[in-house]
Amino acid sequence: MSADAPLLVVKDLTVSFRSDEGLVRAVGGVSFAVEQREIIGVVGESGSGKSQTLLAIMGLIDSPNAIVSGSIRFMGQELIGLSRRALDAIRGRQIAMIFQDPMSALTPVHTIGNQIGEQVRAHEKVSAKAARARAVQLLDAVGIANPDRVVDSYPHQLSGGMRQRAVIAMALSCNPALLVADEPTTALDVTVQAQILELIGRLRDQFGSAVILVTHDLGVVAEVADRVLVMYGGRFVEEGGKSSVFRAPLHPYTWGLFGSIPPMEGPRPARLAAIPGIPPSLSNLPKGCAFGPRCAFRHDACLVQLPIMQGESHRAACVLPEATRRQFAVQKAGGVEMQR
Amino acid sequence: MNAVPRPLLRAGDLSKRYSVGRSIFPAQRRTVHAVDKVSLDIWPGETLGIVGESGCGKSTLGRCLVRLTEISSGSLEFEGRDISDASQRQLRPLRRQMQMVFQDPSASLNPRRRVGDLLADPFRIHERLSASEMADRVADLLRRVDLSPQHASRYPHEFSGGQRQRIGIARALALRPRLIVADEPVSALDVSIQAQIVNLLADLREEFNLTYVFIAHDLSVVRQISSRVAVMYLGSIVESGPTDEVFAAPRHHYTAALRSAVPIPSIDRARRGRLVLKGDLPGPMNPPSGCRFHTRCPAATSLCRSERPLLQSIGDGRLVACHHPAGG
Repeated sequence: MSADAPLLVVKDLTVSFRSDEGLVRAVGGVSFAVEQREIIGVVGESGSGKSQTLLAIMGLIDSPNAIVSGSIRFMGQELIGLSRRALDAIRGRQIAMIFQDPMSALTPVHTIGNQIGEQVRAHEKVSAKAARARAVQLLDAVGIANPDRVVDSYPHQLSGGMRQRAVIAMALSCNPALLVADEPTTALDVTVQAQILELIGRLRDQFGSAVILVTHDLGVVAEVADRVLVMYGGRFVEEGGKSSVFRAPLHPYTWGLFGSIPPMEGPRPARLAAIPGIPPSLSNLPKGCAFGPRCAFRHDACLVQLPIMQGESHRAACVLPEATRRQFAVQKAGGVEMQR
Repeated sequence: MNAVPRPLLRAGDLSKRYSVGRSIFPAQRRTVHAVDKVSLDIWPGETLGIVGESGCGKSTLGRCLVRLTEISSGSLEFEGRDISDASQRQLRPLRRQMQMVFQDPSASLNPRRRVGDLLADPFRIHERLSASEMADRVADLLRRVDLSPQHASRYPHEFSGGQRQRIGIARALALRPRLIVADEPVSALDVSIQAQIVNLLADLREEFNLTYVFIAHDLSVVRQISSRVAVMYLGSIVESGPTDEVFAAPRHHYTAALRSAVPIPSIDRARRGRLVLKGDLPGPMNPPSGCRFHTRCPAATSLCRSERPLLQSIGDGRLVACHHPAGG
């Protein structure tokens, strides 16, 4: 693999589940690439398919009712259809994952040191003593004070922020090329979240890992990501460099997200520019654009035609002419409240 | 009506203590001060936001304010009347005036009962109404929260999270209360739904002349809806004052850190330097001596380690509990 080839290339990934209500299409054909050392922020609300996309990349969708199709190439190797054994050689070693709830990755009955050590020894042949020393080193690297003491602690003895650090330390134990993080700071208090975000930003510099960070919080994305993907109804609706997406968002859903967040500075709007309605049910997606029924800029065409991603480096899936949307985007960036 | 304005609700040195650990020897029991001598006035028509991180006692305080949790010590007055040791029976007429909205509406809605029945409960308990009057009132409530009267025949599980929260709000509104204590009412909801509920709460405040205590960990939501804000740390209020002023120029170092930790969805602001607090929140079992924030405070001195600062007025309706207030 050449040095500047993308680390991960996902093409037309679809995740569906057979259910009593028919086929539920959680992810509807998404394509994206992750460059080496890149931090990608995936934004979306519950049911947007963001977590299922991550689980598919990790090969963690093993329900007999699930159908995963498309292509996920990691360092040139196709992951879909790979045997569990072959996947295990990659998971944890080259791709690591952290979840919202750190306790889902920790067992309460072993010390932190044992758990990190076990992870190290699963992928590398080292002595128990060396693994423990490595654990102390990693705990130190993720900013835990007194790593010598914490290494012998049980998860329940640690605070939520410390546990999430421990899980990140575990994820880093094998120097993964890609770290996949699903809402890693959502369960944490805001002052602790700030510490963890700082840590994630540092990871790329110290460990050279690329990161896919899934979150519902645009503020978190603004903080750490290089590139932003916005997901709605199982598809990407907007993709672009962070500054481009934050300065001039191109999709009406992204405008709605920005309008929904109360500002932390300046005058407070009398009302928030909320998005009306509720997200679509994945078992009963609307025809055409999934956001159509909630969109203030809806045309007849939106209800029939599925918009495709258009544009160069900053792309959006919307049937409105780009020039029109750019006009609104500039208004949005200029602080003018969205028209309803 | 009184000529002299008086607070709707006034708490004086309100405390809630829990004893932890089972032992017949009192000396071995330990006490957690969940709420530690909080004094505050809630004025008619205002929205008081209470912010703080998990474990700071904001939810316990909210429950104490409506006497949903017994108060350990201190006073609580509703319109000048002491209700700190009113019996449940004595409280009953007051319950109409003070209602609560919870974070998880599903936990407060019986899954086996239709929404119409759930919403009719307050009328059954407090008012004698005919069946048709009751149905009218329920339909009216549903409309007020932007649901449809047809929804009355459905069960809670048939609704989305945002709709369930609307039902929770409708139920709190049923008896036309004066005060609603809302404990994290939007934190379980998606961003786009959150904004809808925040707007709804603001509309209802206008329409029914409501007074809110709005408890949340999300600073931007609190800033949006509150006219005044109180910041809690380990059971005590460390700073309070008009929302815009407190957020624009925090005087307590904890408020400053909290404010600066909030990720802002803008790339121009994200670059700005920030004050990242070291360490974790100390446990309320063993709160630090002196100022409880001194272990994490960038401005702490030896005075802060030994002496606990009192919440004091610094003018313009602002109060701060700090020996060395910021920006002053």
